[in-house]
Amino acid sequence: MNPSNGKGSISTASSSGAWKVGDVVPDQFPAGLRVLVVDDDPTCLVILEKMLRNCLYEVTKCNRAEIALSLLRENKNGFDIVISDVHMPDMDGFKLLEHIGLEMDLPVIMMSADDGKHVVMKGVTHGACDYLIKPVRIEALKTIWQHVVRKRKNEWKELDQSGSVEDGDRQQKPSDEVEYSSSANEGTWKSSKKRKDEEEDTEDRDDTSTLKKPRVVWSVELHQQFVAAVNQLGIDKAVPKKILELMNVPGLTRENVASHLQKYRLYLRRLSGVSQHHGSLNNSFISAQEATFGPMSSLNGLDLQTFAVTGQLPAQSLATLQAAGLGRPTAKPGIPIPLVDQRNLFGFENTKPRFGEGQQQHMSSVKPVNLLHGIPTTMEPKQLANLHQSAQPLGSMNVQVNAHGGHSGSLLMQMGQTQSRGQILNESAGSHVPRLPSSVGHPVISNGIAGGVIGINGIGDNSRGIGYNQVRPTSSMLSFPMNHTSELATNSFPLGSTPGISNVTSKGAFQDEINSEIKGSTGLMPSYDIFNDLHQQKSQNWELHSAGLQFSASQNANRVQGNLDVSPSVLVRQGYSSSQTSGQNRNVSDMGRAVFSGVESTQQGNAQIIGQQHNNFLVDNPVRVKAESIPDAGSQSILFPENNFGQEDLMSALLKQQQGGIAPAESEFDLDGYSIDNIPV
Amino acid sequence: MEVGQLQRRLVDYTKSLLTEGILDDQFTQLQKLQDEGNPGFLVEVVSLFFEDSEKLLNDITRALDQQSVDFKMVDAHVHQLKGSSSSMGAQKLKNACVTFRSFCDEQSMEGCLKSLQLVKQEYYDVKNKVETLFKMEKQIVAAGGSVPKTE
Repeated sequence: MNPSNGKGSISTASSSGAWKVGDVVPDQFPAGLRVLVVDDDPTCLVILEKMLRNCLYEVTKCNRAEIALSLLRENKNGFDIVISDVHMPDMDGFKLLEHIGLEMDLPVIMMSADDGKHVVMKGVTHGACDYLIKPVRIEALKTIWQHVVRKRKNEWKELDQSGSVEDGDRQQKPSDEVEYSSSANEGTWKSSKKRKDEEEDTEDRDDTSTLKKPRVVWSVELHQQFVAAVNQLGIDKAVPKKILELMNVPGLTRENVASHLQKYRLYLRRLSGVSQHHGSLNNSFISAQEATFGPMSSLNGLDLQTFAVTGQLPAQSLATLQAAGLGRPTAKPGIPIPLVDQRNLFGFENTKPRFGEGQQQHMSSVKPVNLLHGIPTTMEPKQLANLHQSAQPLGSMNVQVNAHGGHSGSLLMQMGQTQSRGQILNESAGSHVPRLPSSVGHPVISNGIAGGVIGINGIGDNSRGIGYNQVRPTSSMLSFPMNHTSELATNSFPLGSTPGISNVTSKGAFQDEINSEIKGSTGLMPSYDIFNDLHQQKSQNWELHSAGLQFSASQNANRVQGNLDVSPSVLVRQGYSSSQTSGQNRNVSDMGRAVFSGVESTQQGNAQIIGQQHNNFLVDNPVRVKAESIPDAGSQSILFPENNFGQEDLMSALLKQQQGGIAPAESEFDLDGYSIDNIPV
Repeated sequence: MEVGQLQRRLVDYTKSLLTEGILDDQFTQLQKLQDEGNPGFLVEVVSLFFEDSEKLLNDITRALDQQSVDFKMVDAHVHQLKGSSSSMGAQKLKNACVTFRSFCDEQSMEGCLKSLQLVKQEYYDVKNKVETLFKMEKQIVAAGGSVPKTE
């Protein structure tokens, strides 16, 4: 980790391939990363192996997909990431991707000499966390470790969310806050991290396999038991609780089953053909406003489909929410909608959204990734559209906090809750379905925090990593209309933006810095969506999409600048420390934390969350920001996406704030130990 | 010939191959990879490439010789060859494969046959040139010098 302040180190940390997280990761990381390479072309295989060895990774090569699968099955925790060719004679690369996602939930990177858009898109939808075009250069391989970290972070977050960690964290928060207020990010980060580790008993940083919250590895047998249970109950009636009972596996929790069920459903959906749902879902969800986001419609459709299939998000309810949301005009016209653009992964241009006036437009160009259903209630039409666009199909909840009243927020919240309950699914394809564990927070934002949409996708899979299907970036958009409070500052929090912070929209230079920093760090291939790429290209599993929180308090624009010193490195570090959980997106929480810490120090709502790793950030950040920024507006309910983020955590934080007449940036939030100072919202 | 001269010749030769497009930057990358500790790496990879390519060319020839040609299969083989030649840095060969593939898409028998000819030509061309390159390197090492890096 880069000890010196977060800000400065972020850029270096993120851009360099070296993993400097001292306290989180073993010093030699990413050296020793265990990579499995699958390619039927012997020349490429040998070349790749050599390149990977030069990067100091531990390489295992094989030329057949079947062999690769059996290798993976035999050594459950033997590999960190898988790189696979697309065209192979014995098994299609995408199929392998799916299998890995379902069974092992490792990040998978796809590669091919074929750079056609369709193939790349397929990678995305199947959950790959990255896509490399041959000939592969060593530079591209140098940064593949990011997908591993990201995934772990997400998983950690997920664990965090679903467990009792939040409570523990909360308690920690005060102390964290204190620490964070100092400018020594590193110190606080470390301590908070440590605290978190101790408290939550998360996996030891050095050893990914020793998680406090044991990560469930879905072995073939376990998966078969699961499938048998599901079939017995009937796919429609298969609820996690019953499945759990039928399976009767000691140590397995309902959450584990729920998340796996999500993935499984996506997988089935994909098998049976998604296209049909596509159209129908799209229509219902995509309103005219979203016309601008035409290109994303396919994604949306998938997302919707996912929801529809899971039954979590009935179209009608969604529509209702939408209507409700639309019906409530936000007080602040310029509520930026943080759009986590999965595309951001591909290009940074998109990641520099300028929130605020320009936001809307920016969003359009960004092509937001599907937003989870959390339809922001008070979003302006455009924003709403954006949210939709960027919402990921995963149950990322878009939390929208209305500045004016918490009503709409609560509406959303409820929606989000239902949705998120195990629903968060990234595109159907994603074998990794980022699950947002029951997170539905009841965010209550007292201040005029506009709805923040947090789309957190449990990118479980992809992320280029093997088996991780393409990480679906969950786009979480968090937009807080900060109209009221004078303290509100316009902050855009890019959450989990993929390779670059997609939504850093603070008005000011800050964004730029962050964006550029982020850019450096990611080397994602274009197709890699924000969503995790866990499985190499998993179907659109979008991992947390960077959610940009936007605070549109223009008044505070100045303050925002440069205040946020959340450095991606900080976030990254956090992510790393999180225990590896299988395919859960824990990034969010981690990211959020980092962000918050940064925020705290910055004061005045300069909460900028740099979503370097797109997945993680989104979830956490938005949530955090919200909490913070509720200076004194009325109670707002914030819907937080379920992403791994400790929504409960957030919620309580928010509630607290609300009740306590929060002084903005009071860092009372017990967000995972981040104390955010004066984050005006 | 003394070492310095041999080395210069090698550098010039390599440069000319790059200029002509026979080889591209990927090949240079591979050369750099070798420097990191595995001296026989490049030779090993190149041999693997030749072996694999010849097998592919045979498969393609046979496939085109069939009564009813399976263009999809031919395309798959050519795609494979394209992948490995691009990984090798054999640029001209790769380009010939790209053209070949478009004829496969059109299912043009004549186009495919012509392309096959062209691909074979390019293949033998790059094979010869790379083998010459290796010979030159061997000479330098035998004369006591070290192989200069291509910038």
